[in-house]
Amino acid sequence: MQVPARFEYEVAGTVGEAVELLGRYGEGAYLIAGGHSLIPMMKLRLAVPDVLIDISGLDDELRYIEEDGGALRIGALTRHREVLESPLIRERYALLADAERLIADPLVRNMGTIGGDLANADPAEDLPAAFVALDSEVVAHGPDGERTIHVDDLYVGPYETSLDHGEVLTEVRVPRAPGGSAYFKVKRKTGDYASAAIGVALTMNGGQIESIRIGMCGVGNKTLRATGAEEALTGERPGPEAYKRAGDIAAEECDPIDDAKGTPEYKRDLVRVLLARTVARAVERAEVQS
Amino acid sequence: MRITVNVNGVMLEAEVEPRLLLVHFIRETLGLTGTHWGCDTSNCGACTVLLDGEPVKSCTVLAVRANNHEVTTIEGLWSGTELTPVQEGFHVEHGLQCGFCTPGMIMTATEFLERNPDPTEAEIREAISGNLCRCTGYENIVKAVQWAARNGSTQEVGA
Repeated sequence: MQVPARFEYEVAGTVGEAVELLGRYGEGAYLIAGGHSLIPMMKLRLAVPDVLIDISGLDDELRYIEEDGGALRIGALTRHREVLESPLIRERYALLADAERLIADPLVRNMGTIGGDLANADPAEDLPAAFVALDSEVVAHGPDGERTIHVDDLYVGPYETSLDHGEVLTEVRVPRAPGGSAYFKVKRKTGDYASAAIGVALTMNGGQIESIRIGMCGVGNKTLRATGAEEALTGERPGPEAYKRAGDIAAEECDPIDDAKGTPEYKRDLVRVLLARTVARAVERAEVQS
Repeated sequence: MRITVNVNGVMLEAEVEPRLLLVHFIRETLGLTGTHWGCDTSNCGACTVLLDGEPVKSCTVLAVRANNHEVTTIEGLWSGTELTPVQEGFHVEHGLQCGFCTPGMIMTATEFLERNPDPTEAEIREAISGNLCRCTGYENIVKAVQWAARNGSTQEVGA
């Protein structure tokens, strides 16, 4: 039987209270929301918190999907299922719906939260790559108030972010909807993490790719951005040749490990193929939009 | 910690250790062994129960998380007189072999058909993709859910 080690349990009634509790208990305190990454890690003793601070009751403050002034805001306690089922997301931020459909399984998506997904910083987690493509930032609440962190600066290493220990990730913001976007992933079975996955968000202008951002996961020790591939595609007319050139660059920009999911060579090949597919789909969607 | 949980329509109070998992609370503290305890790693879905009406894997939920919430287990589907359409479907279509995955499959399918009373086969397969049948009896499980969809599965469950 796998059971977590003993811990003290506190329930936070507000974000402010969660910040105060994190401050009071220090480094040994962990936040728990959906718990679907943390509890498995606690069973395996990969995480051994002294104190769990339960923020799952903060729905009133942190569970929403809203678009105002052209910017998308998703509260940290929003469940995966809600993102997947949101008509707004499907229409305007299609790569998030693409990614959600492939995250874990429907039951896990009922409990797992967006904030937990982003803060957990698993190098093979999908949403960080999707939000990298969307040029997003996260909002963190700490003892000194609120600050925003761009996702490009959020991921430091495996399970490591630039959030301070005393901060609560409360929201993710996307500044504007892309012209077109898509997310593709290869996984071995339902519930598995990505062998490789790519998220793309772009805008088109006069038949050319005007701007593009590419996030990758499962192929490095953290969420990656394929800046070289982005440069190679910017200003280009979409097509197989441009995709191949960019795919070759992206395959060099990642750093996959050899594990049960495959060899580095195999995963680099996945990146080449997925990049072409993902950009093509995003372009297609951008053309339908315009 | 003292918790109050509505289990199958009955308010229960219990003193639990914070690290107690919901599946063990249900099976050992409450003695409701219809909920099965399988892989322990949130993969297999044998432990699926409804938490506030939504199917979740109870091996990956702390019992304290259910404080002031509603839990429905397979026992909670029993009206006292007859099987639900989903249960009946599993019986008619032989949707089980060893039976270990069955309570989880039924809880997932029950909630799924409430949301989507007329699903396609692909939608059913997606809905049960978090519940594993190691007898690989998926064909008949899908048929069982289809039988329930045809025979009125829209009744409300839960407290």
